[in-house]
Amino acid sequence: MTDLWSLYSEKVMEHFKNPRNVGEIENPDGVGRVGDPICGDVMELYIKVKDGVIVDVKFRTFGCAAAVATSSMVTEMVKGKSVEEALKISNKAVVEALDGLPPAKVHCSVLAEDALKAAIENYLGHQKLKKQT
Amino acid sequence: MRRIYLDHAATTPTRPEVVKAMLPYFTDAFGNPSSIYSYGQEARGAVEEARTRVAELIGARSEEIIFTGGGTEADNHALKGVAYANERKGNHIITTSIEHHAVLEVCEFLGRRGFRITYLPVDEYGLVDLDDIKRAITDKTILISVMNANNEVGTIEPVEEIGKIAREAGVYFHTDAVQTVGHIPVNVDKLKVDLLAISAHKFYGPKGVGALYVRKGTELVSFIHGGGQEKGRRASTENVPAIVGLGKAVELAGQEMGKEAERQAYLRDRLIKGLVEKIDHIRVNGHPTERLPNNVNLSVDFVEGESLLLSLDLEGICASTGSACGLASPEPSHVLLALGIPPEQAHGSLRFTLGRENVEADVERVLEVLPGIVARLRAMSPLLKTKK
Repeated sequence: MTDLWSLYSEKVMEHFKNPRNVGEIENPDGVGRVGDPICGDVMELYIKVKDGVIVDVKFRTFGCAAAVATSSMVTEMVKGKSVEEALKISNKAVVEALDGLPPAKVHCSVLAEDALKAAIENYLGHQKLKKQT
Repeated sequence: MRRIYLDHAATTPTRPEVVKAMLPYFTDAFGNPSSIYSYGQEARGAVEEARTRVAELIGARSEEIIFTGGGTEADNHALKGVAYANERKGNHIITTSIEHHAVLEVCEFLGRRGFRITYLPVDEYGLVDLDDIKRAITDKTILISVMNANNEVGTIEPVEEIGKIAREAGVYFHTDAVQTVGHIPVNVDKLKVDLLAISAHKFYGPKGVGALYVRKGTELVSFIHGGGQEKGRRASTENVPAIVGLGKAVELAGQEMGKEAERQAYLRDRLIKGLVEKIDHIRVNGHPTERLPNNVNLSVDFVEGESLLLSLDLEGICASTGSACGLASPEPSHVLLALGIPPEQAHGSLRFTLGRENVEADVERVLEVLPGIVARLRAMSPLLKTKK
C-alpha cells in the first residue's frame, strides 16, 4: 500500500496508459524473459533482427506502472537500432527518457534493461549456432 | 469526474457534525483542562463528556478509557505497557501473523528485548484456531493480542472465545478494534478483553486521536511521562478538539452503525457478486460470512495490484492493494501470505472498503470499469499467456 505512484511523471503515466509495442512476435529472433511473479514483476521482450538491426520489438509485462512504462519506453528506444547500439542502452537512459522515476521504482527500469539484454543474448546465441552448423 | 472513495479502511472523511463540534475548542473554549479557572474547566468538561461517550459505546466505565494519539499508540501502549509491567510474572506474548503492524512491530521490538513472542497462523479465511491459542499458553504467558477484525481481508476473529480462554488462563487479553469500533457492536465485557484499541479517523472522526480501554486492575506501565494527564498514564496536555471530535464521532456511530452496517453489507455483497460474475480468474480473500460489512478483498490473477490501482484512479476510483512494488521489501501483504495466498496472487490483490457516502451507483461504476481494466492489463501480461 504505497502512494509512490502519485510521483510518476506525465511521461510515465502516458506510457502506462498507452503502452507502445505490446504483444509478441511470431518466430522472433530473440526472446528475453526476466523477473519473477513472486516478486511482482515479469517482463518478456521479443526482437526481430534484420542485417544486425532490430526491426521489430514487442513486450509483455506483469508489474507496476513503472515496469509497464519502462518496458514500453525501452521498446521505443531500441526499434531501428543495431544490436550493438541496443546493448548500450542502460536503465539510466530509460529512466531519463521517462523524465525520471520515484527512487523506490528505479529497480523496475533495471528489469527493462535486463529483458533487452536477455533478448539480445538469446539472438546472439542463435546466431552462433547458425554459424556452427 | 466524480471521485469514488472506496478506501474507508485506510481513513474516512471527518463528518461535518464532528468538525462543528470540534471548532469551539480551538478558539473560544481553548483552555487547558488542567487549569482550575473557567476556561480550563470548560475544556475538562468536554474531555470527560467524550470519555463517557467512548466508554458507553463499548460498555466500559469512563475511568477505564485513556485518550491516545491514535490506534497505533493505543496498541503500543497496551503491548509495551503490559509487557513491562508484568515481566516478573512472565515474558511470553501470543499474537497472530495477521495483526496490523502497530501490533506486529511492537511484538518484534519486545522480541528483541527478552520477550518471547508466539505468532499464531490463521486458516485460509484468516481465522485463528482456538486450540492453537490454548496450546500456546504457558506459565510464562502474560498477554494474548488478537485483532477484533482484520484491516485487509475483513475477517472477524472469534474474540469472545479467545477472551474466555485468556480469562480462564489468567492472561491479559488485548484486541486491536480499530476496524470494528464505530462499525459493528463491540462490548468489552462480552468480548472479555482487558485492553482494546480505538482509532477515531476510521469512523468519521479526526486523525491523530484514539483511545485505549484498560480494564480496571490491569497492570500497565505508563506510556508518556511528564505530567499527570490521563491518570499519569499518558502525560501531555489533552488534544481537546480532537478528543471532542472522537466523542462526537462515537455518538453518531452509536446512533447509526446498525443501519449503516446493514446497508454497506448489501453493497459489499453486490460488489463481490458482480465482480465474480464479470471477471474470471479472481478469488475473494477473507471469510465468506465472518466479515466486516464494508470489506471486499480480491485477488485478480495475472495482473499486478499497483497497475490496477492506478488504472482505477484514472477512472476516479480510490482503492487499495496488498502488492508492495517500490517498498523496501518486494514481499506482498503479510496478511494475504498468512492466508496461504501465493505471492503472485497477493501481488494482484485489490481491496475496496465501503463507507457512509457510498451508494449503489458507486458499486455499479466499479462493476462497469474494472472488467475493462483487468482485460487491458491481462492483454499485456506474460503470465496469462503462460497459463493458456
